[in-house]
Amino acid sequence: MTLTFIIDALVTVIGITTPILLAASGELVVEKSGVINLGVEGMMLVGTIAGFAVTFETGNPWLGILVATLAGATAATIFAVLVLSLGANQVATGLALTIFGIGLSSLIGSNYVGIAIDPVESPFPDALANDSFWRLIFGHSPFVYFAIVLVLAIGWFINKTRAGLVLRAVGENDLSAHSIGYPVIAIRYAAVAFGGAIAGIAGADFSMVISPLWAEQMTAGRGWIALALVVFAGWRAGRLLAGAYFFGVLMALELYAKASGHAIFPSQFWAAMPYLIAVIVLALISSRDGKDGKAPACLGKPFIPNG
Amino acid sequence: MTKFTRRDFVKAVGAASALPLLGASAQAAEPFKVGFIFLGPVGDYGWTWAHDKGRREMEAALGGAVKTTYVENVKEDASAIPILRDLARQGNKLIFATSFGYMDQVLEVAKEFPDVRFEHCTGFKRAANVSTYNSRFHEGRAVTGTIAGKVSKSGVIGYLGSFKIPEVVMGVNAFTLAAQAVNPKIQTKLVMIDSWFDPAKETAATETLANLGCDVIATHTDSPAPLQFCQKKGIFGFGQGADMSKFAPKAHLTAIEDIWGPHYTARVKAAIAGTWKSEDFWDGIKEGAVKVSAYNASLAQDAQDAANKVIEGYKAGSYDVFTGPIYDQAGALKVKEGQKMGLGDLATIDWYVKGIQSA
Repeated sequence: MTLTFIIDALVTVIGITTPILLAASGELVVEKSGVINLGVEGMMLVGTIAGFAVTFETGNPWLGILVATLAGATAATIFAVLVLSLGANQVATGLALTIFGIGLSSLIGSNYVGIAIDPVESPFPDALANDSFWRLIFGHSPFVYFAIVLVLAIGWFINKTRAGLVLRAVGENDLSAHSIGYPVIAIRYAAVAFGGAIAGIAGADFSMVISPLWAEQMTAGRGWIALALVVFAGWRAGRLLAGAYFFGVLMALELYAKASGHAIFPSQFWAAMPYLIAVIVLALISSRDGKDGKAPACLGKPFIPNG
Repeated sequence: MTKFTRRDFVKAVGAASALPLLGASAQAAEPFKVGFIFLGPVGDYGWTWAHDKGRREMEAALGGAVKTTYVENVKEDASAIPILRDLARQGNKLIFATSFGYMDQVLEVAKEFPDVRFEHCTGFKRAANVSTYNSRFHEGRAVTGTIAGKVSKSGVIGYLGSFKIPEVVMGVNAFTLAAQAVNPKIQTKLVMIDSWFDPAKETAATETLANLGCDVIATHTDSPAPLQFCQKKGIFGFGQGADMSKFAPKAHLTAIEDIWGPHYTARVKAAIAGTWKSEDFWDGIKEGAVKVSAYNASLAQDAQDAANKVIEGYKAGSYDVFTGPIYDQAGALKVKEGQKMGLGDLATIDWYVKGIQSA
């Protein structure tokens, strides 16, 4: 195994990890506010088609990313209106949002089947981005750098800032937060919209970088992995970053093991491995004192002031 | 008490009797209903897209005589059963199930609806009202394998598969045997991604194969994503199911196109006329069910000639990639010199030929 080979493999890992990391980071903020939005897959798909269509029509990928962000946030806002203002069940509404996102993206996307766009490439000079060593650091799309900066920023925001403390308070005890004067509903709206915006960007990563084309349901269930990852990480940003890369390494390891003819385990075992490990980690987390990696206390519960 | 109109009576007799012609004439006023279940979305631009194209061609050919319904994204598990049942209850008299993994589900539902005909694509189990149909895709893969053998400089070529099912095993075997025929040193690296459609994983797997030294990569999954990666990396690939050259103008050497329209048209016509019976169809290059797209302009003349020779050989019936001697991965002789593998053996094949590196 040469160094170049390891670097090539790591580039694969980074590529497949990024959209999952992005979507999970957004959902982390949503869940910290006490709302569970199972519509990640749907919001991602809305971003996937929005990013692709706008980039194709205007030739401007930055505009594509912007519209993907807004599209994800808009889809999330529909969800927010239903669950926060109208008190709809969060789980059912989230699932409906996924179905809505699949349908809407397929409908808009039917005009974009069979078209390719130029992929969004590294913002660094070619000499660095294509160098066999430095590509490990400089050879990625802007999505990759954004994802890492974002998850670190979210960790800092949640743990170190006053606003983050308020967000956690709303998620842990909405009635107390309300009684000392914080606008619980407004904060949750903001968190949900933020999560949707980031899911939209995660979706755009699929159609603008990973495979610059549109195909129905091209996110292929990554939204669900992102949701699992938030739980897996115990609602902590640092662990989310590590967990996402862990999943990415596992997936790349599977591909490399198979392609080099040394499966180590049967193919079915590889396919089941991420879930197996998730179960083991969850079991370990819950067997500890419970302080560590606990879900926000108000997660999924409607906020009924003076109820 | 329920009143029976004459029309209902005729319909009931038509459906229940063993006289399909009567049934057909009684319903002549209404369009004949045909159902489809698809594995992927119709917009996958690959396998499902090609089946849907066949459906639309059949609809256009038969005009108002037929009404089609399709359900996309049907999983290859027990959830296909209620969907098949629903289609049968909605009055579809001929139902096409277009993926291997629907095999047992089709047989189960076919038992419950003896007057509905089913056609299962790529499977090998039939019943009185269940036909099977397939294309000899491996003929197309013999063409792309020939090209890969000519184009590869590293001598290592890649094959991106979905699941270890006969259709895919046959494909990678044909691809490898044909490549070895023009370059005996060829090695094929095989990766199964446990999915038919997952552009992100397809891309990652293609990247993996490229990193392991493959410079020509064939795909047996459904999206053009692998080709886009080949284009970026400066290596080569082939379109799957449809001409995908616009996704990767430089990397796309040619494509294997699936042509289902003529089969669907013929079978629906037969069902309407009452001449449908359970059969096993396996058409190929000769019948026009498998088509090789235009070659990339950059493809060297001798590679084009070698590929054309394979195509002409299949048209004339003088060539078969599965002609012995064929050895398996361990080096055991599986097909003796001069012998050919029958379609029956191919339909259940579960071993890889020598030169394939698999896990």
